[in-house]
Formats: sequence, C-alpha cells, structure tokens
Amino acid sequence: MTDTFDKGNAAFIAKRYSSERRFRAYGAAALAISVLFLVYLIADIGIRAWPSFFEHRAVLEVNLDASKIPAGNVQTGDFEGVVRTAFRGGFPGITARSDLKSLTSLLSAGAADDLRQQTVANPASIGTTVKAGVLLADDADLYLKGMLTDTVKTPGKTNLQLAQSGDEFILTGDLSQLAAGQIVRANGGALRIASIEAGLARAEAVMPPVTLNTLAPGTWDILSFSHAEADRRIDDRQVVWLESLRDKGAIEKHFAWRFFTNGDSREPELAGLRGAIAGSLLTLIVTLSLSVPLGIAAAVYLEEFAPKNKWTEIIEVNINNLAAVPSIIFGLLGLAVFINFMGLPRSAPLVGGLVLALLVLPTIIIASRAAMKAVPPSIKEAALGVGASHQQAVFHHVLPLAVPGILTGTILGVARALGETAPLLMIGMVAFIVDVPKGFTEAATVLPVQIFLWSDLPEVAFQSRTAAAIIVLLGILFCLNAVAIYMRKRFERRW
Amino acid sequence: MTAWTLLIIAALTAIGFFVGQARAQGLRNAGAASLHSLPAYHGLLMASMALAAAGIATLAVALVAGSDSMIMPAAAALLGTGAIAASHRLITRDFRARNRFEHFVKLVLIACSGVAVLTTIGIVFSVLFETLAFFGEVSPIEFLFGTHWSPTSTPASFGLIPLLVGTLLITFIAVLVAGPLGLLSAIYMAEYSSKKMRGVLKPLLEILAGVPTVVLGFFAALTVAPLIRNTGEGFGLIVASESALAAGLVMGMMIVPLISSLSDDIINAVPQSLRDGSYAMGATKSETIKRVVLPAALPGIVSAFMLAISRAIGETMIVVMAAGLAANLSFNPLAAVTTITVQIATLLVGDQEFDSAKTLSAFALGFVLFCFTLVLNYIALRIVQRYREQYD
Repeated sequence: MTDTFDKGNAAFIAKRYSSERRFRAYGAAALAISVLFLVYLIADIGIRAWPSFFEHRAVLEVNLDASKIPAGNVQTGDFEGVVRTAFRGGFPGITARSDLKSLTSLLSAGAADDLRQQTVANPASIGTTVKAGVLLADDADLYLKGMLTDTVKTPGKTNLQLAQSGDEFILTGDLSQLAAGQIVRANGGALRIASIEAGLARAEAVMPPVTLNTLAPGTWDILSFSHAEADRRIDDRQVVWLESLRDKGAIEKHFAWRFFTNGDSREPELAGLRGAIAGSLLTLIVTLSLSVPLGIAAAVYLEEFAPKNKWTEIIEVNINNLAAVPSIIFGLLGLAVFINFMGLPRSAPLVGGLVLALLVLPTIIIASRAAMKAVPPSIKEAALGVGASHQQAVFHHVLPLAVPGILTGTILGVARALGETAPLLMIGMVAFIVDVPKGFTEAATVLPVQIFLWSDLPEVAFQSRTAAAIIVLLGILFCLNAVAIYMRKRFERRW
Repeated sequence: MTAWTLLIIAALTAIGFFVGQARAQGLRNAGAASLHSLPAYHGLLMASMALAAAGIATLAVALVAGSDSMIMPAAAALLGTGAIAASHRLITRDFRARNRFEHFVKLVLIACSGVAVLTTIGIVFSVLFETLAFFGEVSPIEFLFGTHWSPTSTPASFGLIPLLVGTLLITFIAVLVAGPLGLLSAIYMAEYSSKKMRGVLKPLLEILAGVPTVVLGFFAALTVAPLIRNTGEGFGLIVASESALAAGLVMGMMIVPLISSLSDDIINAVPQSLRDGSYAMGATKSETIKRVVLPAALPGIVSAFMLAISRAIGETMIVVMAAGLAANLSFNPLAAVTTITVQIATLLVGDQEFDSAKTLSAFALGFVLFCFTLVLNYIALRIVQRYREQYD
C-alpha cells in the first residue's frame, strides 16, 4: 500500500487538504460577515440613538406672577412669558432685541409645558417663586451633548493685559495659550480671538467685558472648539450663555420620558413616539383579530378537511404565492379596494390593520398547518376510535396540541406586521399626526412609518430621534422573537 | 350605528346559545335520555343560526341603505330573533344538531380558506382595472419600451425601461452579495458547524431576517452610502450620494438569511447515502459538497435564488430611503438610479386623483411588479415541490 503514496501523491493530498481548509474558511467567513453586519448595524444605530434618550433642562427660579397666570384658569396662563422672563433674568446684561431673541431661542417651544402641568396640579404655587426645569431647544441640547462641536475649557495660566480700542479689544502679555477662533472668558465678558500678531492678540466682544482689569491666572479661561462658528448650528454668543449656565450648575440632564409620552411634533426635542405606538397597537389589534381566526380556520380546513382536488390545490398554490408577493402590492390592493372602492377612511388603523391582516395571513396559515401536521395522527385516531366526530377530534384534540406552534407562528406574523412600512405608505398612514389616535377610524401613523417620516426631516436632532425610534422598534421586535423562541423551546414536544 | 348593531348581533348569538341549550336540556330532563346531540350542540346551532341571520341582514341593509341607517340594528334584531324563534321549534329528541352545526362550521372554514384566493383576485383586479385605464391614456408600447420616465413633467413620459434597468441593477448587486454569502453560510451551517453553534447562528440569522426594512433603509442612507461615497472619492471616483451600490449592498444583506435558510433546508434534504458514497470513494468533505451535494441540491438552490430575486425586486423601503428618484438609464453602480417600487411609493404617497395618468401609472408599475414576482415565485415553488418529491 505504501508505494502508492509517492511524493507526487503526497503533494496532491496536501493540496486537497488545504483546499478543504480554504473551503471551510470561506463558509465561516460568510457567516462571520453576516453576523458582523448585524452587530455593526445595531451598534451604529444604538450609538446614534443614545443621546436622544436624554434631554437637557435649564433650572430657573420662576416667579409665577399672579397677574399673568389667572388662578381661576391656570391652563391658559402665560407660562411662556414667565419662563422667558425668568430665563432672561439670569442674563441682566442683555438688552438688545436681537440678542434677547437669540437668547430665548435657546429655550424649547414647549419649555413651559412641564411648569404648566405642575402649576395646574398645584395651584397654590401661583404668586410664589418656584424652581423649575425648563426644556432647552434642540440646538442647545445638541450642543450640550457635544454633538455640534467639541468644546474644550482650559483655565488661563498667565497674566494678560486687556485694552480696548473702538470695538476691538487688544490682549498683550504671554499669549502662548491663545489661538484664533477661541473664546476668552474674563471680567464678566467673553472675547473671540480674531488674530494673533507679534506680541498682541486682537479680539472682538461676544459679550462685552464689564471691566478692563488685567487678567490674572485662574480668573479667566479659554473655550476652544472643534467646529468654527460658521460650521455649527449655534453661534458663539449662545455657546457663551450656555457655558455660563453650565458653570452655574443650572443645566440638568434627565432621561427623556417625553420621548415616550409625547405625540409627534415639528420640534425635535418635543417629538415623541406615543402617537405612533398607539397607532401601531390599534393597527395590530385589527390585524390580529382578523388574521388569527381566519388563518387558523383556513389551516384547519386545508390540513384536516379539504378533499384532494383541483380547488384545494389552487388554494394552496395561492397561499404560497401570496406569501411571496411584495408588500407594496398589498398597499395597492388596500388603496384600490378598501379606500377607493369601499370608501373606508384614509390613514386609519382600520384600513392599515386590514391590509396587514391580508399580508400576514399566509404566514399564519403556513405556520398553523405545520404545527397541526406535527401532531401525530395516533391522537386523532384514538379520538375517532372512541366515537368522536371528525370535527370533535380536530377541535378537541389536534388543535389544542398545535396551539404552541400556532402561537409561535402568530408572534412571528405580528413581528412582521409591526415592522411593515411600504403598504401603509400607500394607504396614507404617512400624515403628520400630533394627536394620539383614540379610535380605529381616526388618522394615525405607526412606528415604522414614524421612523420613515423622521428620517426624511432635515434637522440633525431628528436623525438621532429616528435612530432612537428604531431602537424602540427593534426592542419590541426582539422581545416578540424571544417569546417565540422561548415558546418553541418550552412547548416543543417530540412525540 | 355599527357599534350598536355589532352589540345586538353579539347579544343575540349569546341568547341563541343559552336558549337552545336550555331547551335541549329541558327535553333531556323531561325524560328524553337518548337525545341525539348534546345540549351544547343545540345551543351552538341556534347561536350560529342567529349569528348568520343577523349578520346577513346587517350586510344587506348596509349595502342598500349605508351603514348609518337606523334600519341596520333593527333588521339585525328582527332577523336574529326570528332565527331563534324558528330554530326553537326544531329542537327535538332526534334532531341532529351536531351534524348540522358541523356542517355550518365546515362552510365557515371553507369560506376562511377562500379569503386567500379572494385576496389574489382582489390584487389582480384592483391592479388590472387601473392599469387598463392607464393604457387608455398611454399606449402599452410606449410604456413597455419607452426609455424616458418623468411622470410629473409636462408632457409626462412613461417609459418603463429606466426603472426596469435600475431595479435589475440593484437586484443584481444584491444577489451578487447575498448569493455567495447566503450559500456559503448555508453550507457551513449544514455540513460543518456543530449542533451547538448552529443553535446560536440560526437565531442570529433569523434576527437579521426580522430587521424591518425601514431600519435597513435608514442604515443604508445614513451609514453605508456615505461610507461608499468617501471610499470611492478616496479612489478618485465620482459617487452619487444615493448610489445603487449602497442600496444593493444593504438589500443583499437583507436577503442573506432568506437564501441561507432555504439552501440550508435543501442541503439537509440531500440524502446522507449520497455523501456516504462520495466519502467511500475517498473524497474530502469539501469535494463531496462541491461535486455531490451541491449538484444534487442545485434545483432547490436555484429556486432559493429566484425567491431571493423576487424579494429584492419587490423590496421598497431600502430603495425609497437609499436609492434615488431620478430615472437615469445607467448601468453604473455608483450612479443614482430609481426602481419600480420607489416610483410606486412616490407617486402614491399623499393625495391621489384616480383619473390622472400619474396615479394610474403607479398601478401599471404595480402590475408589472406583480407579474414579475408571480412568475419568479411560481417557477421557484414548482421547482422546490418537484425536488422535494424526488427524495421523499
């Protein structure tokens, strides 16, 4: 035997073995790429989403002026006004109209909402001064999260002389810490360094300093930015104001419950998912209450009662084909039949639910049939043997044993329906809807469509909101899948 | 009115059940020990009679007089009560309530399985009618062979070719990505991986399959497209910000689980005896796979690819978010192209007028899409079916 394994053969075998190893590695690599893609996808969206789960508030001493907030009708009180007054009160040096406007734009359009609710709940506080956290606008929030520019604060370590000539300020002394574009905060003001020449730095006032005293080490500091003023959505003045609030400890970071309790909004910091979640829920109720009974009934008939004939075959081919029809086609069906022909309301969860029910019906039928097929025939035969009718045997014995499998299939169907977007675009569930839908015929939107809508908006803050909405959707889907996998493991019976 | 009517129907159904059951129970108590059917079946039959009568009355009134009519609940109540009264007389010792009820149930089951057929008919007709209306305004020749697509310009032109090319280009890229990845993953999982590893990998691929396409679209538009653009510009290439490549790549990752799970099933269905025969001849594992298992599984794998292609052609959200709107007739994967589904979505989002050629063209596109995917699916399912029978 040994002489057949000559040198040539050994090389040949080595080549075959290395080809074997290579092939195996290709397979492993293919799987690794798929898994890495999934990990990268989730990590990328998670990183984008993370900041959106937090919001920044400015803590203010707000005087609930009784003349602006009528005790008899708290709801309509001018809370925006008192909050604005309190916020401006923190910056007494600012008087110019445009400056005041720029300052107030740091506050969210819904800044007073929380205070309004608090005061409605506690009318006794009217006329007193209360401590209130007011929501900041999206750009201010993004700045504080470090998403507009990286801000570095460096304490001043040298002596600098300050002089003013016209609108310009001149800094002289040890300029080694300074660079153009930085902001020097000193003497109650802030100066932007325009240029540095031999021995002197020219600067312009962002906020005019109160005095022209010499800057001693420790009394001043430098703000330097990764993005110049022109490249970010917040100007130097606003940065200085926000930084002074932050230095005072008047900025608080909170978990953004608003993101779950608010409806949609044009303001990113106020936009929430409640409307979309309610819409998804209503839609799913319609979908489930139609597709589950229909799907199970069809599966029972096809699996147990259908005679083997042409009709049955047509139905079966049909179901298999429907399972692979593009979802957008179901949207066309919904538009033409439910809305155009039957006159059901556009954008309503009712129509969305109907369309999705037809969409997931094949999934549920196929899963239910598989579950019933897995129940051994001996059980049905035993029931028939003791005198049960065919239907009694099926409904009393086969179907209950198939329930776990059917439920698993149903959950997967629900997961599919919950993530489906395209058909709902067709039937108009893309409207901008602020109110939380309360009925099946009211205009509504659903989670995936909300994601699509937000992803289209130009504001930077909405990008992060979109990612956060995706995380919420994926979270729900993973839970559903986990339940399905658990049920499959827990109730799977080997007969 | 609808809510009231539904309430009345539900109440009558419940009443029917209890009346029927009580009547049968009364007969049994009165000494009719050998009742043909259990009292519950008498109840169920009466309940289903009431339900059917009231339901039919409601539907009839709703169709004739509209669902706001006061007649609707009245008719439901009247006919439901009538059905209970009529079937009350039927309940006797020998009445075969169970058989009647089971017959009724069977009819309901048949009707339920008919819904799938109705859906298909609904799809075909809803799309077909609007398509025919569209062809009344634009000639089919112009639609099928025109090379210019701009439905909103005046005069509008409806040439399918650029959309078809865009769709096929993106699909081609997707299959180029997903084909090798999916097939090799399936081979590894079916032939090489341990049972434990399989138990981890399979759910992971299922998760990938379960990621909603709107999420993948967001990822394609915000992460993959800039990545490709920057890489391309590094090589001095001009890359459109909405390139076909970005959409195609992500779509490819979307169909990897589809190809791998279908191919996995098919590879597992190849009888072990074929492998054993190959090993006995001295072949290595990879040689066996390449020369015996894959050729034996080829028809199934082809059908898996066809299903994947049909899925990619019909996919909407990824291309809506990551591919362009401009209908360029281009085979360049770095250029922006548009697809059939993107055009359907953009034409139909918002308010539509059903008499404009613009709206109708979306249905014509839908018809093309439906036919395309139907043919692919049908052939693929047929191949799978025949293939399964071969080894069963």
